[in-house]
Amino acid sequence: MATTVTRAAEDATAVTYAARVEHVSKSFPAPGTPGGQQLVLDDITLDVAPGEFVTLLGASGCGKSTLLNLVAGLDLPSAGSIGTDGRPALMFQEHALFPWLTAGKNVELALRLRGVAKPERRQEAERLLELVRLQGSYRKRVHELSGGMRQRVALARALAQDSRLLLMDEPFAALDAITRDVLHDELTRIWQETGVSVLFVTHNVREAVRLAGRVVLLSSRPGRIAREWTVGIPQPRRIEDSAVAELSAEITEELRGEIRRHGRH
Amino acid sequence: MADTDTGARTDASPAAGVPRDAHALAGLEAGLDALDTVRTPRTPLRETLVRKVLPPVGAVALVLVVWQLLVWAGVAPAYKLPAPSAVWGEVRVAWLEGTLLDYIWTSVSRGLLGFLMALALGTPLGLLVARVRFVRAALGPLLSGLQSLPSVAWVPPAVIWLGLNDSMMYAVILLGAVPSITNGLVAGIDQIPPLFLRAGRTLGATGARGAWHIVMPAALPGYLAGLKQGWAFSWRSLMAAEIIASSPDLGIGLGQLLENGRNNSSMSQVFLAIFLILIVGIAIDLLAFSPLERWVLRGRGLLVTR
Ligand SMILES: Nc1ncnc2c1ncn2[C@@H]1O[C@H](COP(=O)(O)OP(=O)(O)O)[C@@H](O)[C@H]1O
Ligand SMILES: [Mg+2]
Repeated sequence: MATTVTRAAEDATAVTYAARVEHVSKSFPAPGTPGGQQLVLDDITLDVAPGEFVTLLGASGCGKSTLLNLVAGLDLPSAGSIGTDGRPALMFQEHALFPWLTAGKNVELALRLRGVAKPERRQEAERLLELVRLQGSYRKRVHELSGGMRQRVALARALAQDSRLLLMDEPFAALDAITRDVLHDELTRIWQETGVSVLFVTHNVREAVRLAGRVVLLSSRPGRIAREWTVGIPQPRRIEDSAVAELSAEITEELRGEIRRHGRH
Repeated sequence: MADTDTGARTDASPAAGVPRDAHALAGLEAGLDALDTVRTPRTPLRETLVRKVLPPVGAVALVLVVWQLLVWAGVAPAYKLPAPSAVWGEVRVAWLEGTLLDYIWTSVSRGLLGFLMALALGTPLGLLVARVRFVRAALGPLLSGLQSLPSVAWVPPAVIWLGLNDSMMYAVILLGAVPSITNGLVAGIDQIPPLFLRAGRTLGATGARGAWHIVMPAALPGYLAGLKQGWAFSWRSLMAAEIIASSPDLGIGLGQLLENGRNNSSMSQVFLAIFLILIVGIAIDLLAFSPLERWVLRGRGLLVTR
């Protein structure tokens, strides 16, 4: 089947999406059976509008990371097509900062690889660190930073790519609840300030509802889009808000149903 | 309880959009950062002296005392076991004649130049072996094998091919050191967490830029270990070459000094040469490689203070 991957910004036509995923499937070679294929993603169609915040929700192993890697261009789909507005930035669950560089130099490397001229890099890196409230941490080494600070530097580095689309793969899953809560507030603020589009992967229902304008639920084995919710609660929200809790309860019920189906074989 | 930013709120309104006080948020964040930040203070100089310098100095002193006692006890005649003072006498004579530094410099300059050549050859070779599957399949086992071949075995063929000259010394050094440097770099590259490579790719570091910005710095600890071993092999190979292939045209290095001592039946000169070879090897490691390695590891938070 034909597959195409477009980086729309390379041609001059205006695009109306930050990411467009059309009928995408992905199979991996199945372990054990020679020649066998394991279908991980099945016919996924999903648009992320410019400036939209979408969370992709699903049980562990349902193919969320696989889909994000496809959108990031780190892997090719088995079928279907993927288009993005320019090259997206990607943030991982592990901070993925380079330990041989300081916090500031990690951000500067992204600027440098983007082609920012040397005299402006330092200033721009300081500005981005300030955006994630890490002014004064320019010279800190990665191992001297706390888990939350590392993820904020990683966010600053991702923002340094100046992409119109930010992909985030469970970036706060390894953090404690209070730090995660603070980072939710920061991410919402930065999303509002920069107008970047975000595709955010999580298995945490509350987190999905806390952050997103739209929640997309993936089923497991194979991953299909099970249902979508538009979240009307105005930002900034709190994870403890009753409206967040109510919608979370509804989505959790749906997710449980999806998981339960797999027990009935 | 005081009103905290993380305390649960029971606000029923769907427009619970009371913006969290930005100032309070920044304060909370600063508190979290301060609580959870790791500090790695450098050990004070005095402590380093007591814990790192004193023990080896003590060990050397002990060896000297035992040596002197053995001489006094007369366990062996002087032509087999010279007294420490006799060896010290050799040092003084060589120093006063001005030849001591010549011996050392002849060997060290050869060793370092050979090592630099091995570095220039071994590094690109390592990158090739690590990154190109076909090259790895072809050369990988060969390089591992060469690493365990004592480089003294290369001296006879090198003499036949190149004659008794400096090129032959360099050839032996290269054959000894290049496999270590190459294998060190390959091991360093193989141990790079795949996450770094993926992160580099999403940032746009591919091809040569990926090699320069991501692969080489990420592989640096393994590469340095290879360099360190490469230097040790350079030095050993050179000494083997100098001892076996001495010729008046080559100038007197430490290996020739040792061989001359044997020919002159001067055990104190033999001892002098052995000590100098040992000291140079230790000094280069202590002054160049160990600080470099510690600096790299400390910068990455990989140095555990014991
Ligand atoms: N490179 C790969 N090769 C083979 N199987 C893979 C690969 N990557 C992911 N998978 C499989 O795809 C499924 C989905 O994985 P993943 O996308 O990581 O899930 P999630 O991120 O939702 O937890 C898993 O069953 C996993 O085993
Ligand atoms: Mg995942």
